[in-house]
Amino acid sequence: MSRPGFVLDVDRSTPPMLFWHGEKFRLERLPEGSRVVYPPEPVEALADPDAAIRHALLNPVGDSAPLPALLKAGMRLTICFDDVSLPLPPMRRPDVRQRVIEAVLDLAADAGVDDVVLIAALALHRRMTEAELRHALGDRVYDAFAPFGQLTQLDAEDPDAMLHLGTTDQGEDVEISKRAATSDLIVYVNINLVAMDGGHKSVATGLASYRSLKHHHNVATMLQSRSFMDQHRSELHSSNWRMGRHIAASGIKVFQIETTLNTDTFPEHFAFLQRREWEWGPKDRATFLAVSRSLDRTPARLARSIFHGIRSPHQMASVQAGEVEAVHALTTENLYRQQLVEVSGQTDVLTMGLPYISPYNVNSIMNPILVACLGLGYFFNLYRGKPLVREGGVLILRHPTPWAFHPVHHPSYIDFFEEVLAETTDPVKIEADFEERFATDPWYIHLYRTSYAYHGVHPFYMWYWCAHALSHLGGVIVVGGDVKAVRRMGFKPASTLQDALEMASDVVGRDPSITYLHAPPLLLADVR
Amino acid sequence: MIGDALDGARIAVTGATGFLGTALVERLLRSVPGCQLVLLIRPGRRTPALERARREVFRNDCFDRLRAQLGDGFDAEIERRVTVIGGDVATDGLGLDDEGRGRLASCDVVMHVAAAVSFDSPLDAAVEVNLLGPPRVAAVLADAGSKAHLVAVSTAYVAGTRRGRSPEALLADTPFAIEVSWRGEVDAARRARGDVDAASRAPERLAGFAKRARSELGAAGPPLLAERLEKLRLEWVTDTMVDAGRARAKGLGWPDVYAYTKALGERALLDACTEGGVAFTIVRPSIIESALAEPRAGWIRGFRMAEPVIISYGRGLLKQFPGIPEGVVDVIPVDLVVAALIAVAARGPNPAGPDVFQVASGARNPLRYRRLVNLVQGWFREHPLYDSEGQPIVVPEWSFPGRGRVQRQLLRTTRALSAAERVITSLPIRGRQAELSSRFEERRSEAERALGYVQLYGAYAETEAVFDVDRLLALWSSLPPEDQAVFGFDPGVIDWPHYVRNVHLPSIVANSRVRTTAGRKTGASRQERGRRAVLSPARHLAAFDLENTLIASNVVESYAWLATRHLPMDERVQFTLRTLREGPALLALDRRDRGDFLRHFYRRYEGAPAEQLFSDSWEMFSSLILARSFPSGIRRIRRHRALGHRTVLITGALDFVIAPLRPLFDDIVCASLGQDAEGRLTGELLAGPPTGEARTLAMASYAEAEGLRLEESVAYADSASDLPMLEAVGFPVAVNPEAKLATIARKRGWHVEHWARAPGFAKHRLPIGPLLRSGAHGVPKRYPMYSRAEGGDR
Repeated sequence: MSRPGFVLDVDRSTPPMLFWHGEKFRLERLPEGSRVVYPPEPVEALADPDAAIRHALLNPVGDSAPLPALLKAGMRLTICFDDVSLPLPPMRRPDVRQRVIEAVLDLAADAGVDDVVLIAALALHRRMTEAELRHALGDRVYDAFAPFGQLTQLDAEDPDAMLHLGTTDQGEDVEISKRAATSDLIVYVNINLVAMDGGHKSVATGLASYRSLKHHHNVATMLQSRSFMDQHRSELHSSNWRMGRHIAASGIKVFQIETTLNTDTFPEHFAFLQRREWEWGPKDRATFLAVSRSLDRTPARLARSIFHGIRSPHQMASVQAGEVEAVHALTTENLYRQQLVEVSGQTDVLTMGLPYISPYNVNSIMNPILVACLGLGYFFNLYRGKPLVREGGVLILRHPTPWAFHPVHHPSYIDFFEEVLAETTDPVKIEADFEERFATDPWYIHLYRTSYAYHGVHPFYMWYWCAHALSHLGGVIVVGGDVKAVRRMGFKPASTLQDALEMASDVVGRDPSITYLHAPPLLLADVR
Repeated sequence: MIGDALDGARIAVTGATGFLGTALVERLLRSVPGCQLVLLIRPGRRTPALERARREVFRNDCFDRLRAQLGDGFDAEIERRVTVIGGDVATDGLGLDDEGRGRLASCDVVMHVAAAVSFDSPLDAAVEVNLLGPPRVAAVLADAGSKAHLVAVSTAYVAGTRRGRSPEALLADTPFAIEVSWRGEVDAARRARGDVDAASRAPERLAGFAKRARSELGAAGPPLLAERLEKLRLEWVTDTMVDAGRARAKGLGWPDVYAYTKALGERALLDACTEGGVAFTIVRPSIIESALAEPRAGWIRGFRMAEPVIISYGRGLLKQFPGIPEGVVDVIPVDLVVAALIAVAARGPNPAGPDVFQVASGARNPLRYRRLVNLVQGWFREHPLYDSEGQPIVVPEWSFPGRGRVQRQLLRTTRALSAAERVITSLPIRGRQAELSSRFEERRSEAERALGYVQLYGAYAETEAVFDVDRLLALWSSLPPEDQAVFGFDPGVIDWPHYVRNVHLPSIVANSRVRTTAGRKTGASRQERGRRAVLSPARHLAAFDLENTLIASNVVESYAWLATRHLPMDERVQFTLRTLREGPALLALDRRDRGDFLRHFYRRYEGAPAEQLFSDSWEMFSSLILARSFPSGIRRIRRHRALGHRTVLITGALDFVIAPLRPLFDDIVCASLGQDAEGRLTGELLAGPPTGEARTLAMASYAEAEGLRLEESVAYADSASDLPMLEAVGFPVAVNPEAKLATIARKRGWHVEHWARAPGFAKHRLPIGPLLRSGAHGVPKRYPMYSRAEGGDR
């Protein structure tokens, strides 16, 4: 039985707290009276995941027939799957997608389905490399489909590969993969790491084009999503749900498969990351010292490749299949069960250590925009009810925030950082003045389609993701970051947490309440 | 009265475009309203004499005062009183046509001011102008039967480097006359030119020039190297002629070729005038410097002798200048010389025979070297110049060392700097490190210049001759007070501290474009100005080189990447070792001739399956080309496109390698290989590789076809082998330049960009294709043959 998450009140006997700091770790002693929000311990994994998958496919939830009943010889079957942005970190082989897709393919083969195409649901993300596809799908699936062009990745800028399905009652364009839209059945294979993932968002976002995405990937939507981890208070989800229902109403049949992973996120030699500091044994202390000392002496590039080499031991905790909304309700319930931590009351200062990885820099570089997005977009929004930090409060991040970019994966990020942020950091102004130029830039489109680049508009979405936090907060301080990069984004650099707290007192006054979000592993704060 | 004497007189002036000539013309027009002027001006290569007069004489700020006086009537006044005739004192007959000859002969006074005043002119050039100029003028006058009074300007330093008093007398009548035949000197000088030119064409010497051209330019291609070689040869001829002049002058006891040719010019003039019955007077000024009062205090033209020395001192570059502290530096303001010349012209020729006037300050009102140094030093302490960081420069203390010591010191510095420069240029570095070499180069040329000043002008701070001015003062005393008030030339009136501190130094500092204010420069930096010029909407074509300009990679790497893509691990290792072994030889070939290198290297593609390479190159685009690209470079291309400029990629890389870059450019000029019937590459280029001058041709024909002008175009490149392309356009940009190009770019003021790879991205990786797993599992089975039975790779 795993222990639930909990909130620790820091007193004199509390040891220093472990902070993520990119590819490094730092111990920080928090002021007495601070609160530390710990994630729950990982839930029990499914003992026989393959059996569970098979069970889910044969016993769907909601208004759906079992999968074998939906598969017929001569049909067009399209299997879509989440891309490299999930899960974080990438999991040990076999990946959940491989297990699920092999199960689906077995049923399809049994039913004599010939016309099967696999699509990586990239939306505007970068294409996956061969190695990444092999990792997600397994070599058997890859070698059976890729050489024949039946393993594809969404190209949302190929006009011939997209189909416009009309607009929702709110006038939102719905444009998704033509292959998927013209199939007799779409099977969508999800990995639901956080509550935002899945549901109608899978098809309506994962298979959509810029034309469609811009209706919910924008500043106004983000400001009305409080938070996007809470489907019922998220305009992002409302829009996706409208689109999902429109897709269903267009006669497109989706068989949704959603899986959750437990939060057993880091391998054995990083076990201290998942233990509470005062419970560290001699072994934890020793490995922490060894790991953090050697990381401090490791060049950044090497440290990066060490961390990106981590294959997480997390395992499947639940799998459900069937009709989209019923499946997603179950998934959300499962996620909440393993991630929710009850927190009473907001805080003046919220502090967090950001890790080396975000959804958009798997096998890549965490550039400053992604640092901002991870802190202000993702971690800030890890709440249900009210934000952890009060309106006008201060967010203190810890991350080295190097002025570093991946030239292949993030070309438009470089230009966004050099040209757009140099002019303004206001999401509304950025959206109005720059978005269209980047989104329709033929060079970025060329790179998105033929290389491994995120779409030209992607850095804008990252910045919009921060919009709610930016309008809510009274200030953002980055501890230990590259001073120029931090300033470029409109944040304040501080060299130590002490300095940052001192600087924060200018905004929130003396003796503020301080809360430390002790993640990852991930949690969702249920703020009462 | 001078005005009366010259009323209605026609006065000819040679050398009107020079410092003294301009002042003389201005003064005659302003202060002698009754006279007419005939200016003998050498037509420029493209500008006729009249145009030169307008541009180089009357537009000079010397005429500001007269222009203000006359207002709108200025041009009419010039038109009415000035006649310009085209001619050249360096040719026999002065290059005059009949009309010009008539005009000149009809003059009452001919003032011969034209001279090659540079102290380091080539021997023959100085001889033609300074030695033969005066007798030529005399001969033209004599042939035309003119009765004009010839006033010839010489120099006080015809007395040479001798000590003691130097009288106002014809050289032949002075105690230190040297008996050399001026005709013999002329013949020898002309012969020397022929000999030196012949020597410069000796094979071993030409080989030396070729070697130097190559070391300066690298593999810039035959036409540019040939052009550079010829330039080096001509420079060598000139330098040798300069040395010949200096040696001959020194040998005969003059400080430099100027004084030597001027001295013999006086003799030749005497002979010519005696023979032709021309009445003449010689006026010998000492070192002419800025005006004391006329047309305004501090007026000066050009930047020749004391000026560069003083400015170098103020900038802290010249730490020492040899000289005798108690020696006299004989300086005379230009307006005093002009007034004396006009007074001599008004007096007319001496019926008793030719006579000489010296216009110098040393005898009457000496300025001692120590005093001058103190004044200059004090002034710069109060009004310092500023370095590029905006900090004031503290001028060094002067210790009056001997010339030899200073020269030795400077020579040592120069040698050390050029050795350092050689080392850096030969290193394979580029970008900011390579700029170090251009800084060395700059420091060296500064030291060389300082050395040059010391060698050239050292003698003038060491002169111990005193120039008599008794006759000048007698002329002065003979003038009525009205003339004395207008035409002052008594050297006694100069208040040296006032002149140096308030007149001369402010004037030359203002003229020399040095920084005189503290603090960082306001306004756009040089870098920004360069960028703005390059990105102006007026440009319309931007050409880019690829390797090291846009990506940090090369044809060898892309070949290695493609060649290893389908190799298993052990063969990769072998391949890498083999390529590394060949590295130095390839590098050397590349340095020698880029075109040959490409031809040789591309043979390796022989037999390669074209289709496979084409599809692989798309993968290489991501894993090699983009990964090593310079984001700022890519951004710059896109900026040009956004501005509506055409963008062209000109590269020796192969077409399929750069195909994915296509959307960035309107056009691509690159290399392509032939294919055989089976779709295999032949390894032979379809056309000559676009390298060196072929790039220029490609650009020129592209521009012509598209109706674009190269002067309004921009070119980006990184190495000296791209020089032809950079030189062809109006706006060259050196990107991460290697040492040779960095030096050239700095010299020519080209815009330089430093573009780096994306920060934080892995730097060193062998350019080999990523290991593929396909094939490792045998022949893949196509779905639906996929079946559970084959599972088991978990």
